[in-house]
Amino acid sequence: MILLGQILIAFGTLSFLAIGGAIAILPEMHRLLVDVHHWMDDATFSQLFALAQAAPGPNILAASVMGWHIAGPAGMMAATLGMLVPAACLAWIMAGLTIRLRGNTWMKPAQFGLVPIAVGLIAASGLVMAQAAGTSWLSFVIIGASTVFIWRTKYSPLWVLAGGGLLGLALL
Amino acid sequence: MVENSPQQGAGTGSRVPGKLELFLGFAKIGALGFGGVGPWARHVIVEERKWLSEREYASVLGMGQILPGPNVGNASVMIGRGFHGLTGALLATCGLYIGPLCILIVLSLLYDAYGDLPRVAPFMEGVAAAAAGMVIGMALKMGFNLKAPLQLVAVGLLAMLAAAWLRVPLPLIVVILAPLGIWISLRHARVTQGEKAQGERAKP
Repeated sequence: MILLGQILIAFGTLSFLAIGGAIAILPEMHRLLVDVHHWMDDATFSQLFALAQAAPGPNILAASVMGWHIAGPAGMMAATLGMLVPAACLAWIMAGLTIRLRGNTWMKPAQFGLVPIAVGLIAASGLVMAQAAGTSWLSFVIIGASTVFIWRTKYSPLWVLAGGGLLGLALL
Repeated sequence: MVENSPQQGAGTGSRVPGKLELFLGFAKIGALGFGGVGPWARHVIVEERKWLSEREYASVLGMGQILPGPNVGNASVMIGRGFHGLTGALLATCGLYIGPLCILIVLSLLYDAYGDLPRVAPFMEGVAAAAAGMVIGMALKMGFNLKAPLQLVAVGLLAMLAAAWLRVPLPLIVVILAPLGIWISLRHARVTQGEKAQGERAKP
């Protein structure tokens, strides 16, 4: 029970730092789980993170896998709730604020001022992902093809993922 | 219900989804979001189901981005609340996470049993490369669709360079650039309003 509480608090704290998602808090998560609480060693941490990447969904769910490893299903629940609930509450408050201020003429332009930052940061995370994934000439071909496909067409992204996976299977 | 009225980015949603559709839409986004849910969220919400226009979605995502937590996770709370209040927020959020969590449980069980990653490395390498391209492609698409004034584009590029190249911590980028972006956008709105004197009508 104490362990679950610790998990909840550890991930709840991380949740508030996670501006930009999971990648942003990876170093801090590592420090808390490996160095402070000694819940796992270095290699396990990396493997669990890779494991989480193999699943779909927001990659913040790496927290869930870590929670499972520390304390089984209950640990997974504690880690997931710790990670999601504080952020969701803040988003709820933010949504309420925008609904309340909807009538103001300055509201929409003000909101729109944040958009380029979001797009820029998304582009940045794409570039960082590309750097990590670009292990061979073939992966750069896949990255380039996928970029153009998503940018210039309206087809489902599923084609890109399946194509990338199959090419990797066939040639890597 | 508002029927699919094509409006240039202002106002409430283009088409209001029912509660079940909201849940299923976000479940699709979560379950298919290999390598991150961002491109899927945009595809389903803007292109496939037309719940929001590009501009509306971008605004919600922009707020989701500056808050802690996954940007699409935050967006799911805000979009869900906008359509169906607390029920909507819960349905959208649960939908987003339910598929991935089930898969993660299976993967964790496999990991416990075999102590190793499933042997799918080359396939996942290909998927990871494709996912990186997806994210870049989505950023390009949104960037070009939004038709933002040049100064705002510069702010976006600055954010990108700071994060990808200089590796500035994200909270710092947000704290510095968010006020700048808002200021530029407000000033631009005032100028264009003065020019055309027919700016956007606020909804009651």
